[in-house]
Amino acid sequence: MSSEDAGGWDFSAAAATPAGGLGTIPPVPPPTNVGTPGSGPGDPGRPGVGNRVGNLVRTFVRGVGQTLITLGLVLLLFVVYEVWVSNIFAHQRQNKVRQQFSQAVQKGQDPLKGQDRLNLPSGKQIVIPAGEGFANLYIPRFGKDFAWTVVQGTAAGDLERGPGHYTDTAVPGQLGNFALAGHRVGKGEPFLNLDQLVPGDSVVVQTAGNWYVYKVLGDAKKYAAASKLTSKPQRAAAIVDALNSRDSQGVPGREIVTPDDVAVIAPVPDNSGLTPTRALLTMTTCHPKYSADQRMILHAALARAVPAKGNAIPKELPGGTL
Amino acid sequence: MYAWIWRRLPGPTALRLLQALLLIAAVSAVLLFVVFPWIEPHLPANPITGANTVGQ
Repeated sequence: MSSEDAGGWDFSAAAATPAGGLGTIPPVPPPTNVGTPGSGPGDPGRPGVGNRVGNLVRTFVRGVGQTLITLGLVLLLFVVYEVWVSNIFAHQRQNKVRQQFSQAVQKGQDPLKGQDRLNLPSGKQIVIPAGEGFANLYIPRFGKDFAWTVVQGTAAGDLERGPGHYTDTAVPGQLGNFALAGHRVGKGEPFLNLDQLVPGDSVVVQTAGNWYVYKVLGDAKKYAAASKLTSKPQRAAAIVDALNSRDSQGVPGREIVTPDDVAVIAPVPDNSGLTPTRALLTMTTCHPKYSADQRMILHAALARAVPAKGNAIPKELPGGTL
Repeated sequence: MYAWIWRRLPGPTALRLLQALLLIAAVSAVLLFVVFPWIEPHLPANPITGANTVGQ
């Protein structure tokens, strides 16, 4: 009995108080409670019609309240899904893409057909099957476990499987801009920590035939000076300043732009009209974290390219590969 | 609704509490692993890379 009352039918207490706000409305007995002394509709001095209307109103209001609370909880749960659970599904998809890519390479079915090479002319278009993995991306700064197979295309479905290659941009090693998009939070979040890269950091791309080592742009001298600062906030600000510095061709290491700024993935970033004279890599992701208001853009330039030979890996990858 | 469910759970309070927690876990799991993945692509205003936007 007492546990039933605790289940939400606790208005009988209010009803027992003559001055209580709901005191004029008799309590609603649960069906199993019919006949309980002092709480039934047969109470002396209480009109039956008022009872019924009061019951309906109370049930309705309670129903609305519970529905709203339930909806709120479901929305909170959806945030949990977006930030956390979606990663589980994305990693499953990424593992599949990675396996398919490595199997294709073993069978000699390179999605790039071996056409990627150092300083491939920028006009040369290489068609890669949509949604297919065609290169592996390593960023040593994020640890030896940071390895992603890059898929062709930047549709929602592509980005749920891994970092996506902007279809019309260059391929690895090609003169121009090898541009990638990746999720910042949730859905695998490959580019979660892009803000931690500093000038000179390596970004290594592995295709079936070659290794490409890109280095994050930005002012290396400013960065060297910045890293000597002892005050944390000062150091952080100085590193950002070094990253934001543009090189002789007007390309910074990092920039924060609005989502409609497509010039950042142009062959010469931020200079859509120019003909590229070097091979760049650009990574784009949402900024700030948990928001889609802006985009964080990281630019890197090709430092060297080496043909793949057996199991040899570039010295930038001390932790090994996939 | 919640009171209705609570009244229908058998056993003493401790057992009911356990059952209620199991129910919550089951409903959450269905939402997280079935409903949300299915419903998400149908939601509007997902900032996806397109002709005039960059990145995610």
